[in-house]
Amino acid sequence: MVAIESIFGERIGSAIHESTEIITRINRRYATPKIKLSKGAKFALLFLRLYLIFLVVLLGYKFWTIVHGGA
Amino acid sequence: MDFLSKFYFNYSRIIKTIKIYLLLAGPGLIVMIADNDAGGITTYAATGAKFGYNLIWFLILLGPVAYFVQEMTVRLGAVTKHGHAEAIFSAFGSFWGWFSLLDLSIVNWLTMVTEFIGMTAALSIFSVPPILTVIIVIFVMLGIVMSGRYWTWEKITMAFCLVNLIYIPAAIIIHPSVPDILMAGIIPNFPGGFNGELFFFLMANIGTTIAPWMIFFQQSAVVDKQMKEKDIPWGKFDTIVGAIFTVIVAIFVIVVTGTLLYGMNIESAAQAAQVIMGTHPWVGTLVAIGLFDAGFLGAICIALTNSWAFGEVFGWAHSLNYKVKEAFWFYVYYFIGLITAGAVVLIPGAPLVLITLFVQVVAVTLLPAALVFLIILLNSEEIMGKYKNTLFDNIANITIVVCIIFVSTLYGISTLFPNLFG
Repeated sequence: MVAIESIFGERIGSAIHESTEIITRINRRYATPKIKLSKGAKFALLFLRLYLIFLVVLLGYKFWTIVHGGA
Repeated sequence: MDFLSKFYFNYSRIIKTIKIYLLLAGPGLIVMIADNDAGGITTYAATGAKFGYNLIWFLILLGPVAYFVQEMTVRLGAVTKHGHAEAIFSAFGSFWGWFSLLDLSIVNWLTMVTEFIGMTAALSIFSVPPILTVIIVIFVMLGIVMSGRYWTWEKITMAFCLVNLIYIPAAIIIHPSVPDILMAGIIPNFPGGFNGELFFFLMANIGTTIAPWMIFFQQSAVVDKQMKEKDIPWGKFDTIVGAIFTVIVAIFVIVVTGTLLYGMNIESAAQAAQVIMGTHPWVGTLVAIGLFDAGFLGAICIALTNSWAFGEVFGWAHSLNYKVKEAFWFYVYYFIGLITAGAVVLIPGAPLVLITLFVQVVAVTLLPAALVFLIILLNSEEIMGKYKNTLFDNIANITIVVCIIFVSTLYGISTLFPNLFG
């Protein structure tokens, strides 16, 4: 495996390592959701996921129309 | 004598109440008035120019909408002592946490660019070069936060909030017909029938009433102000006062442009100021000053929102009560946000119109999530205890949130596909 330091240099490499460690620590700290979710709350979160997928598809479509010279 | 003593007693009581309010006022007032940012003023100016006084009733309805949403952040902040970003990470886990934090930072940065567009456009009316505006604004904004006291920042920002009321004298100067305003503005009506253009304007006004940064800002400000559960009634009152002010300012902007520019297509508040300057130099000057102030308030609050949110999640010291040395990354993040957003405006040929439109689209990806998280958190007995939503709160809030999600989604889609609604 190629070390990050050999690609980006010593200082940037260690900064990337440090940032990765911080993010891993945050992910570990918040790994489990602390709130007890009711059925309604679970439905709302599912709706949010679907809603975001819908928006991403819409943005992708808009990008596709721009690339192909559309609106 | 009895009358005098009663009068003095009541007078002292009122003065004492006002003093307490002035101590506790801040987050609600600031967030609501900063909501009338450069984009907001542009929306109101364009609405007044297009439809005259006819949509004033709609803006009055939006006051309670803003209050009901923002009031929840007061309770959540005072009870949990956490900002909204931290609350989302803690309650819903890192997936939703990162999504909210990254989306917030993108939408906030883009919004800050629009605030700088507003500020530079406003001051260019007075022949101030954009580079000078950006440099001075950034220095002033740095100076305001570096006092090391939340209280100092809050009171200085509240002074800038007062400048937002400049649209009131601007409207008084032009002597609009009050009966006309009341006749056309108070009774709900859809000028020219309910068509695609009117619908777009209604959506734009709703879109400017609730923005994602407002939720994060007020909750973090409540925490930074160290408000406790016992302060919740004052926090709510502060939010009501702010909501009233925000509606008043919006109405007066509409009165100014509805009187002087009725029937014109206005694309920005700066354009409105410039056109008005030709016939009413004083009014044009006040409109331009108001636009600058709106952009300034928006930028300072949004930059702080980002710093608070990142500070909460990354564990940096994140309070205005800390000196720069004690909360280095908090202030660095604030500074970087402002300087990069300001720099974009100075790039020749930067796609500023595209950025302004893109803000609406990105905001639509975050606003529904932030609102849904707010409702779920406010319904949690274990988090909120006796301060959780009541049945009435839920009926009002869920109705408002569903409507906002629906309308803001349509607004975002119509920004992407402008011909969709005719």
